[in-house]
Amino acid sequence: MINDMHPEEIIGEFKEVTLNLYNSVARKILYTEVETPYPDGKLIVSTTTPEGIITHVHPAFIEMSGFTEKELIGAPHSILRHPDMPPVAFKGLWDTVFSGEKWQGYVKNLRKDGGYYWVKATVIPNVRQGKVVGYTSVRRKPSRTKVDECIALYPTLF
Amino acid sequence: MSFMFTVSPDFSPAHLSGWYIFNTWLQKQTELAFHLELYDDFHAQTDAIKSDNVDLIYANSFDAAMLMRDKGFLPLVKAKGKSDEAVIVVNTDNTVEDAAHLSPGIKVAYTDDPDVKMMGMIMLEPGDLDASNIEAIVVKTNVLVAKKLLKGEADVGIFLAEAYEDLSKIIKMQLRILVQSEISVIHHSLMIGPKLLDKRDEIQKALLEMESCAKGQGVLESLGFSGWEKIEEDEVEFMIDLVDALAM
Repeated sequence: MINDMHPEEIIGEFKEVTLNLYNSVARKILYTEVETPYPDGKLIVSTTTPEGIITHVHPAFIEMSGFTEKELIGAPHSILRHPDMPPVAFKGLWDTVFSGEKWQGYVKNLRKDGGYYWVKATVIPNVRQGKVVGYTSVRRKPSRTKVDECIALYPTLF
Repeated sequence: MSFMFTVSPDFSPAHLSGWYIFNTWLQKQTELAFHLELYDDFHAQTDAIKSDNVDLIYANSFDAAMLMRDKGFLPLVKAKGKSDEAVIVVNTDNTVEDAAHLSPGIKVAYTDDPDVKMMGMIMLEPGDLDASNIEAIVVKTNVLVAKKLLKGEADVGIFLAEAYEDLSKIIKMQLRILVQSEISVIHHSLMIGPKLLDKRDEIQKALLEMESCAKGQGVLESLGFSGWEKIEEDEVEFMIDLVDALAM
């Protein structure tokens, strides 16, 4: 389940855009220029079903995303999708993990309050008895140099 | 028939006698003969696992992957409320306040503990540091990591958080923690090998009941634990996936 964002939940001045997410679901996004710095030493961990529905969240994920655990469990992982992220990046992610490989990249994630945070993300397929039963995503603090490279590169990929 | 029990070489030296006491307790409880063999380093321990010499092991998360996926081990328990964390430490003379401000070419001291090295290197990434642009100084013990920092022979040291805490006050007064990991889901596990699998339930039960008798409590105290918690394969599989993702 994924809902449109509402102005009363947004902190600061915001812009509005409608994103077409995976499975042709449209979502109204309200986003700001407020960045939440990634905390030192922490990892953001979550697991999903093979279809990308969140099944498990780590406390740091709740803290950084601004959502409650109840809101996150059962939601598609695209609840974090920021309009500045080019669709081709996610296509690369899914093509890689569907083929059974690990994916790594730098991602600008959307918070519930419209703000954002940058992560270095690794997604790996969870293989049990030879079958993919889901995916684990682990996010860690990115280097600012890499983030600056992505800030320059991503707008060129739309 | 005697079974071989070993403990990951990153255990705290303060608990060395505790593992011998635990081994004696375990033999009495299970009426099985265990021989406790402690290896000096991870290389020697890995060789023993690969040669199928190990039957019971208090293993770190890095070794859990090989034990479970290649050697048919299953998890029994983990220490209650304990997780493995790493710290990045500098000499108090060092003025750097943020790991992101460390520069390529710095000398980084650590032991051969693969979990700790991995967690530490992740905390250095925000400064664009990786194995290719640091000078690695690999030493035998955590005390030697501290000595390298004190002598100015290393700029940064990576420690298992618990091992850093166990250093003497005099040493710690001259050092400073720059970053501490808060990963929470990486931990050691007591794991049982194929030759003992038919005893798994019995051994697990004895371990879980350990904290409820005075004698068991005393043994746990000598290990620095308050009790054991049951762990299932799923939990260890999750941790293995996580370590796998972090190692990338």
